[in-house]
Amino acid sequence: MSTDADCRLTHLEALEAESVHIIREVAATAQRPVMLYSIGKDSAVMLHLARKAFAPGRLPFSLLNIDTTWKFQEVYAFRDRVAAEDDIELITHRNVEGLEQGINPIDHSPGVHTDVLKTQALKQALTRYRVDAAFGGARRDEERSRAKERVFSFRDRHHRWDPKNQRPELWNLYNGRVADGESIRVFPLSNWTELDVWQYIHLENIPVPSLYFADERPVVDRNGMLIVVDDDRLPLEPGETPRMERVRFRTLGCYPLTGAIRSEAATLPDIIHEMLVARSSERQGRAIDHDAASSMEQKKQQGYF
Amino acid sequence: MTEFDIHAYLEQHRGKDLLRFITCGSVDDGKSTLIGRLLFDTQQVFEDQLAAVERDSRKYGTTGDAPDLALLVDGLQAEREQGITIDVAYRYFTTESRKFIIADTPGHEQYTRNMVTGASTARAAVVLVDATRGMQVQTRRHSYLVHLLGIEQVLVAVNKMDAVDHDRATFEAIERDYEDFARQLGIAHYRCVPVSALTGANVTRPSESMTWYDGPSVLEWLESVPAGGGDDSRRPMRFPVQYVNRSRSDFRGFCGQLAGGCVAPGDPVVVLPSGRRSEVAEVLLHGRAVDRGVAGQSLTLTLADEIDVSRGDMLVHAEQLPRVGDCFDARVVWMHDRPMLPGRQYDMKLAATELPATPEAIHHRIDVNTLEHQPAEQLALNEIGHCRIRTGRALAFDAYHSQPGSGAFILVDRVSNLTVGAGMIVRPVTDALTDKSENVTWHRQSVDKRSRAAQKAQRPAVLWFTGLSGAGKSTVANALEQALFQRGHHSYLLDGDNVRHGLNRDLGFTDEDRVENIRRIGEVARLMADAGLVVLSAFISPFRADRALVRELMEDGEFIEIHVDAPLEVCESRDPKGLYAKARAGVIRNFTGIDSPYEAPEEPEIVVDTAELSVDECVEELLAYLKRRGILIG
Repeated sequence: MSTDADCRLTHLEALEAESVHIIREVAATAQRPVMLYSIGKDSAVMLHLARKAFAPGRLPFSLLNIDTTWKFQEVYAFRDRVAAEDDIELITHRNVEGLEQGINPIDHSPGVHTDVLKTQALKQALTRYRVDAAFGGARRDEERSRAKERVFSFRDRHHRWDPKNQRPELWNLYNGRVADGESIRVFPLSNWTELDVWQYIHLENIPVPSLYFADERPVVDRNGMLIVVDDDRLPLEPGETPRMERVRFRTLGCYPLTGAIRSEAATLPDIIHEMLVARSSERQGRAIDHDAASSMEQKKQQGYF
Repeated sequence: MTEFDIHAYLEQHRGKDLLRFITCGSVDDGKSTLIGRLLFDTQQVFEDQLAAVERDSRKYGTTGDAPDLALLVDGLQAEREQGITIDVAYRYFTTESRKFIIADTPGHEQYTRNMVTGASTARAAVVLVDATRGMQVQTRRHSYLVHLLGIEQVLVAVNKMDAVDHDRATFEAIERDYEDFARQLGIAHYRCVPVSALTGANVTRPSESMTWYDGPSVLEWLESVPAGGGDDSRRPMRFPVQYVNRSRSDFRGFCGQLAGGCVAPGDPVVVLPSGRRSEVAEVLLHGRAVDRGVAGQSLTLTLADEIDVSRGDMLVHAEQLPRVGDCFDARVVWMHDRPMLPGRQYDMKLAATELPATPEAIHHRIDVNTLEHQPAEQLALNEIGHCRIRTGRALAFDAYHSQPGSGAFILVDRVSNLTVGAGMIVRPVTDALTDKSENVTWHRQSVDKRSRAAQKAQRPAVLWFTGLSGAGKSTVANALEQALFQRGHHSYLLDGDNVRHGLNRDLGFTDEDRVENIRRIGEVARLMADAGLVVLSAFISPFRADRALVRELMEDGEFIEIHVDAPLEVCESRDPKGLYAKARAGVIRNFTGIDSPYEAPEEPEIVVDTAELSVDECVEELLAYLKRRGILIG
């Protein structure tokens, strides 16, 4: 006779089961699903869960990487290693027109850069591949407007989100129906927190880019953020000299837009330890969220993930 | 913290379970402040978030110089400006023993659908009551919805105790009011806690201002209620097939999230609705073979035989079958501006099954504030109806209260693809029960049930005596009716034999006829309850499904199941009509307790043990119970 304790799922087991259910539901119902792969820790967990969902078989969909060309070099190397694995089909898409116009995060505002090279690029790719369901690694605990986004989040023909007109989502009964041209963004990690993600990476030995771990890196101070000088594309201001500091990243955005933090955390337990005593939330390091109090909500309405 | 500490922490964190709960109440009750307080006191709030709140507090806040914790939880810009919570928002926090997910939903009646959405995945509910205002109509509505969605653990947070000088009598008066209501509704597990979200009293720590209260704080309660895994695994096995994994030529696995029960290699299974049989070969958890899968896990099963199984099928244990059919009664919550109309076709999704479905009839609408049943020709946004649904083909399902994973469904508009309704199956409908009186509408009368009952100093009720033959049902029911009569109450005793002589003389003892027999008795009892009477009925009524059918006809709280309990040997030794002797001799067939089962009530309102108690003692117990329930007044 089994006891209750045997049947109890731990919180990570429960989250894992929910995510796997969500991923399989999309594979079973969507015509042309893709998994957005941004190379960060959340994408790593999402990919790991997808592999679990279809074991012992292969992933029944491709990964899609939206490339702004402004990620850290090490991030690209990590992506290329993942893309080389047997079971992975990775599509890379860039907004070629935007790049030809010379849009970049140094000469343009974070808003313009993100809109052209991320949001527009994403819409182009989703339209080109006629994607009807796209997985994203966003979590509800990241930001206040995300807290009320559905797991299956409807997008109209123009890839827009209407927060006031979302489909009710009950039990584990997801509604992924769309008409031609419409699509669903699916967030299998909706109920995970940053701590859950790190804990899971630790338990399951999931590889992540080493920029998450503290190391000596060349940095400069810009607008209150510590910017790592990753290559010679970052023009130094007069009097600015990169100095070596022991830093790491909590989030991996485009490099001049993502601030590093001073840290000694060189292992996963160190990172988790640091989180437990951390006093600022992870999106703080991203310039993009600071434009206005509700900026994320506005970007999401326009099609940003 | 040293390296050792963090590893110990990780080990502890790894063993935590997960509780999802819903908070119900309106902004005025201080709900957002309560959640903000839980997040703040459990240190889920980061400095930059607090800085944003302090900035917003100056702009929108209501707490003067102190940061308005409510602003931590109010998400979208429009809502912040209007000071209301429109949608369902999810919040996360963790303590040493548990991780929590809060579904934060708005309280007003026009957001009933949002609350139902939030409640659908919750295991526990926190219902807020403003201590300065006491129980409100919305408190009843919230409690009803929580109960409707099958949430069994309810905490009533009596908030703003600081505004009533932490007065014990004020709290206890609200506690008593709630007790009456909870009993009427059948909420078994609830707890009232006096709190002040503003000061944090009894939210995460005990209060010095309320030393008279020695119960748990809100957080202690949340850490102690069952999170659900054990309960779900004790239900019959239900495995909805979500996806067929045939990614290798030598492999065919059936993927899904186990909705109920446990599954192990070697278990005999039936594929529904086809009825094909096989045996579980392997249980795979993410590609790894395991000894057993438990409810809630996303698994892949392989079967011993190559039989046809596809998405939408349900694998069940061969000895615990659900219903298979194309018609059922369900409670439906309508979620769209365009009303639900009987006869219109929708697409239904139940577990992994998607098929067309048509609401054939609305038996009644349930007023979420008074719980009254009202006649209805359509269901408008936020209305809840008891409906008959017919599906385009047969599917496997269960009653929602016994198996939520195979009893819950959504309705989707076929043109707009919007989710327009949510349903919870109450019972299957067999053809014998199909309504042949579609064009007859229920007349609303100007003298209503409440006024008829009030005139008699009672609340209408159906006292359903069930038990083995010879347990003493008729004897106790008769004696109780005499006692009611002497006290001036108006009652009627429905006797099984008498009904069979008249109203039901066309019915025999086949399964269909037995169901119809009970249905007619139920309908008669309902009419009598509508007349304001206390109705007593004494039938063996051996099957749970039949008794559930009658319960469903009544308003919530009206049906009182009384289990007249005595061991079979005692009943057989009494044998007042000599029936046991005949059954043992094989003269009568299908005799309950001998060669036909008796399904004892799982959660009767009251049990009277006639092997231990005298008839008078049984009557005394029942009278005391009816007074406590407020059925007998004075």
